[in-house]
Amino acid sequence: MSALLDHLQRPTLGIPDLTAVLPEILFYGFALVAVGSAMAAAMAPKIVHAAFGLMATFFGVAALYAMLGADFVAFSQIIVYVGGILVLLVFGVLLTARTEASLGLEKATTKNFAIIAGGLLFAVLVFAIGGTTWPVANAPGEPEPTTEAIGRAFLDPEGMLIPFELASVLLLAALVGAAYLARRRRDA
Amino acid sequence: MQQWLDQLIANNEWLQGVPAGFIYTIAIVVVCKVILVYASLLAGEVVWLERRVAGRMQARIGPNRVGPQGLLQFLADGVKLLAKEDIIPASADRKIFLAAPVIVFVGAFAGFVVIPFGHGLVAADMNVGLFVILSLTSIEVVGIIMAGWASNSKWAVLGAMREVAQMISYEMPLAISALVVVVLAGTLNLSDIADQQQGWIWNWYVFRGPFAFAAFFIFFTAALASLKRAPFDLPEAESELVAGFHTEYTGFRFAVFFLAEYTAMILFAMLTAVLFLGGWSPGFDVDLTGPWARWIGVLILFGKTVLLLFVMIWVRWTLPRFRIDRVMYLCYKVLLPLSIVCVVGMAVQVLVAMTVLGGEDSWFGSWLMGARP
Repeated sequence: MSALLDHLQRPTLGIPDLTAVLPEILFYGFALVAVGSAMAAAMAPKIVHAAFGLMATFFGVAALYAMLGADFVAFSQIIVYVGGILVLLVFGVLLTARTEASLGLEKATTKNFAIIAGGLLFAVLVFAIGGTTWPVANAPGEPEPTTEAIGRAFLDPEGMLIPFELASVLLLAALVGAAYLARRRRDA
Repeated sequence: MQQWLDQLIANNEWLQGVPAGFIYTIAIVVVCKVILVYASLLAGEVVWLERRVAGRMQARIGPNRVGPQGLLQFLADGVKLLAKEDIIPASADRKIFLAAPVIVFVGAFAGFVVIPFGHGLVAADMNVGLFVILSLTSIEVVGIIMAGWASNSKWAVLGAMREVAQMISYEMPLAISALVVVVLAGTLNLSDIADQQQGWIWNWYVFRGPFAFAAFFIFFTAALASLKRAPFDLPEAESELVAGFHTEYTGFRFAVFFLAEYTAMILFAMLTAVLFLGGWSPGFDVDLTGPWARWIGVLILFGKTVLLLFVMIWVRWTLPRFRIDRVMYLCYKVLLPLSIVCVVGMAVQVLVAMTVLGGEDSWFGSWLMGARP
């Protein structure tokens, strides 16, 4: 009781102290951006609008990564997904479909299958997320530098070296394939 | 910045009554405002500089009427653009057309939060500072492709497609040549990188061996290309595409594109100065870390930025435009292999300096290996 009185006597200027809940406000804001724009992307009638809605989703997810203290992952998300994949996506749309693209949902069978597949995926995700115990950080402090740990994990034969190299081989194969396709079309 | 604020709160009776989160929020908004105003004013003056230098190079005078030597010309231009009608073409995609300038603007301005203006004078002292700038400037590409597509004009689409192809390609040599500095510095934190180069002029990262020297020129060339400055100004080549992706924009929205372009120039000039040219180091051994001395450092970094901006302008009014296939050739077959050679060479240099040349024990070894622990 005396602590409360003590608190009331301090000059508080009438500003409510939101310091403790600020991370939560930010989290729900970013989550709203991510989920809301993902829904906008899924429901947009024009495919280009869907692509730009996806950009806001990427930013929301990047902000959530940053709130978890994973600064490198957050900005990788932006440079890879916004700067690379999204731009190529839009580029592809620009070169092919010009106007509204139909998703083929007018047919009743397609629509039913889409609803069943979506529902199944949703159920699997709900079970998987509900059945996992998520590690929770107890003290949000200064974010630790993560780049050095990531770099060491990539070069550690016991760690991520083999998956990392396999991913590069996969990308290299895709590159060679793309170059081959482009070359053959030019000769013909 | 948080430490400084905590100190301020601890020393001030009145501020202790205000919630800490509130003070942090206000401080973030104020600092961002200051940086925004600084960058915008500087961008306005760079436009003036460009026009005066272009005038001098073409044996004419350039704007010299508004203010001393025409220094306030950008205010007159700004008022003029604000007063113009904001036209949205009837066939344009309205929402995206309106959003595009905002995205380009964000991409150009956001990078300034991680730029250190002097010792400890940085808005967000992030561990991945360099990476932040490279990723935020890639947002600009999205804004440009939005502008080009939404305008529903052939000039705009052609300009945007050239722009995207060029920027995505040149991001690679840009990032890889910046990696040469990272190999030397052992960190992505820009204020640490600048701090490591203090002292005499040979401490600047550009002078640490041939690979760093080559990487500086690769970085600057790639920066010119990703800024779509001449001789790489194909995306808005006036003589063939009217104005490229912003052909259909008028009034204030056009002004925002224009401002973003010059702001991105300033950002890359500052980044080049911090990465390669010693940041706020004047070239001789002097301590610029004091509470007042660091403002001298701000002036020195400003001087280097203006010098680099002058070089960009000088290049633009000297060289003719490249052909699009030559632009791509230069990127993929010249700059990209060269930058990879530079990174590998720098890694070998650091390794040799650490093992054969005695590392930190000898002056030459520690000079060649940078700030490696």
